[in-house]
Amino acid sequence: MGKTLYDKIWDAHVVRTDPDGSTLLYIDRQLIHEVTSPQAFEGLRLANRKPWRPEANLAVADHNVPTKNRDRGIADPVSRLQVETLEKNCAEFGIPVFSMRDHRQGIVHVVGPEEGFTLPGITLVCGDSHTSTHGALGALAFGIGTSEVEHVLATQTLWMRKARNMRVQVKGHVGPGVTAKDIVLAVIGELGTAGGTGYTIEFAGEAIEALSVEGRMTICNMAIEAGARAGLIAVDDKTIDYLRGRPLVPQGALWDQAVEAWRDLHSDADAVFDRVVELDARAIRPQVTWGTSPEMVAPVDGVVPDPAREPDATKRKGMVRALEYMDLKPGTPIQKIQLDKVFIGSCTNSRIEDLRAAAEVIKGRKVAANVRLAMVVPGSGLVKEQAEAEGLDKVFREAGFEWRDPGCSMCLAMNADRLEPGERCASTSNRNFEGRQGYGGRTHLVSPAMAAAAAIAGHFVDVRDF
Amino acid sequence: MQAFERITSQVIPLDRANVDTDAIIPKQFLKSIRRSGFGPFLFDEWRYLDRGEPEMDCTDRPKNPDFVLNQPQYAHGRILLTRENFGCGSSREHAPWALADYGIRVIIAPSFADIFFNNCFKNGLLPIVLDPETVDQLFREVGPGYELTVDLATQTITRPDGQVIRFDIEPSRKERLLKGLDDIALTLEHAEQIRGYEARRREEAPWLFVPIQP
Ligand code: SF4
Repeated sequence: MGKTLYDKIWDAHVVRTDPDGSTLLYIDRQLIHEVTSPQAFEGLRLANRKPWRPEANLAVADHNVPTKNRDRGIADPVSRLQVETLEKNCAEFGIPVFSMRDHRQGIVHVVGPEEGFTLPGITLVCGDSHTSTHGALGALAFGIGTSEVEHVLATQTLWMRKARNMRVQVKGHVGPGVTAKDIVLAVIGELGTAGGTGYTIEFAGEAIEALSVEGRMTICNMAIEAGARAGLIAVDDKTIDYLRGRPLVPQGALWDQAVEAWRDLHSDADAVFDRVVELDARAIRPQVTWGTSPEMVAPVDGVVPDPAREPDATKRKGMVRALEYMDLKPGTPIQKIQLDKVFIGSCTNSRIEDLRAAAEVIKGRKVAANVRLAMVVPGSGLVKEQAEAEGLDKVFREAGFEWRDPGCSMCLAMNADRLEPGERCASTSNRNFEGRQGYGGRTHLVSPAMAAAAAIAGHFVDVRDF
Repeated sequence: MQAFERITSQVIPLDRANVDTDAIIPKQFLKSIRRSGFGPFLFDEWRYLDRGEPEMDCTDRPKNPDFVLNQPQYAHGRILLTRENFGCGSSREHAPWALADYGIRVIIAPSFADIFFNNCFKNGLLPIVLDPETVDQLFREVGPGYELTVDLATQTITRPDGQVIRFDIEPSRKERLLKGLDDIALTLEHAEQIRGYEARRREEAPWLFVPIQP
């Protein structure tokens, strides 16, 4: 029987399996950031342990860093201490780190692929649930907790149980104006936020193959929003072209040898999946979330749904609560929803193609008067430099957007960028949970082009007729 | 890690599905570089009427009287009863730290998010998966004075009327929890095997062993 892509990577990393099925899995690489690592380093110190392979890690601060006036340092003393602690810990334990002032600094999940730290066929972890992003390059990548960060540092392994195999097959091609973000939101709408729990999801089908590697990252980024710890996409020419020449990829003969091995990183034709879900790409329209969970999503030409029509009692209660929090009435057309802020950024949608797509919509237009703040936060210093070289920063600035320094920013509002209570935001990030972007803030998840169009109109609009 | 054997306690009913880790411990508390002290901020946005900030003294903060943790009949609860997909969202281990620091030792739900479920075991918390009907039934029974006894060794939950519910747990997790064992020390007993793996792998995929020099 053939193997799935997940089976192949898993099998190549098994160190030992205990009789009850617990497996000690080798971890090739770990990304580290300031929020989920201090207690792990502290644990090493207390137990007098050293990292197993310090040079298999890469650290960068992203969650807490300011996105403006960075030269003045971090104003909030608690955030500052956390960022400084990361740099101190890395120095003490010999871990490579990009400091806040390094031009390569950015969101871990943007930096990893961009540097070529993420490679096909590896196991990669990070104390962050959106580590699933890296599956776009055919790496088995998943988020872990801080105790596991410490465990990987100390042993280069993790105790795991193998997940089940799911394939999400997106058949056919999406229409114009429909992006990777819309595909993945539609998938989550279909599966629900727990639909992928216990599975590794491989995304496949023409619509996925047609995406760029960056678009594929957007898809895998949100696998966790469907409950799956890891998302995967098979390696093809695009993957290899994407990696070629990046700073940390293998060089010379090792590159050729690696590429040859990577060519096998796809599911075999006769591989068996525990579950297969099919979606018709042609039916996917631009998506907008209306509630406080990513599964609460509707097409832009739809309306806010009515909880009274939901047969499941727990779900109904959740919908009522979400509508109350979001201050929305059932039946409201999505395009009637007015916005206070617009955020283009996060590890879901802050790469160069995302910024290009947004700039394309904005060019020559102005942000609507009712939008108090529209901001673009590039995913990394290198994305920012590239965008500036292409003049995208000017397009954004002239339209009335703020052009910021890289970091997580208002995706989770741990730094100074946040929504005020009651404010409503079109956001290209990945979570619309209560309070996610600031206490009492209301988040609608959309694609970069949809966010850009909404900033100009002041409310949601269908980017296909914009 | 604190060992877990058996506990008899009041049960706190938190009747919501998809409780995410942002709700369990909001992000402003993630700035701490410590592992303790999160208990007073557990469910901060639901529990208090003002906005919580790290290091603040919670004794005089205005409490939301409707929230279950603020109801006197559940004040000593160490077992949390909740709905499906508990702990979804962010991987933050601060969520189990906050639950444990508050005093919760057992969480009963029809399902949990994967990362959260794993994180519980590292922190002496026992997450128990029961079928939705049984969870429903417990929700109907729970109230002031209602207590359950959870015994890990026998994998049983005993109801006040003496009826017993069995639950499943992986043997290796059970043993670690019962003994309060340090995961890393246990893994390092296999250090030779890890080195053996690395030697084999270095032959197959040498490019993975070139040190990263950014
Ligand atoms: S951008 Fe948002 S989702 Fe991504 S790592 Fe940062 S906080 Fe997490």
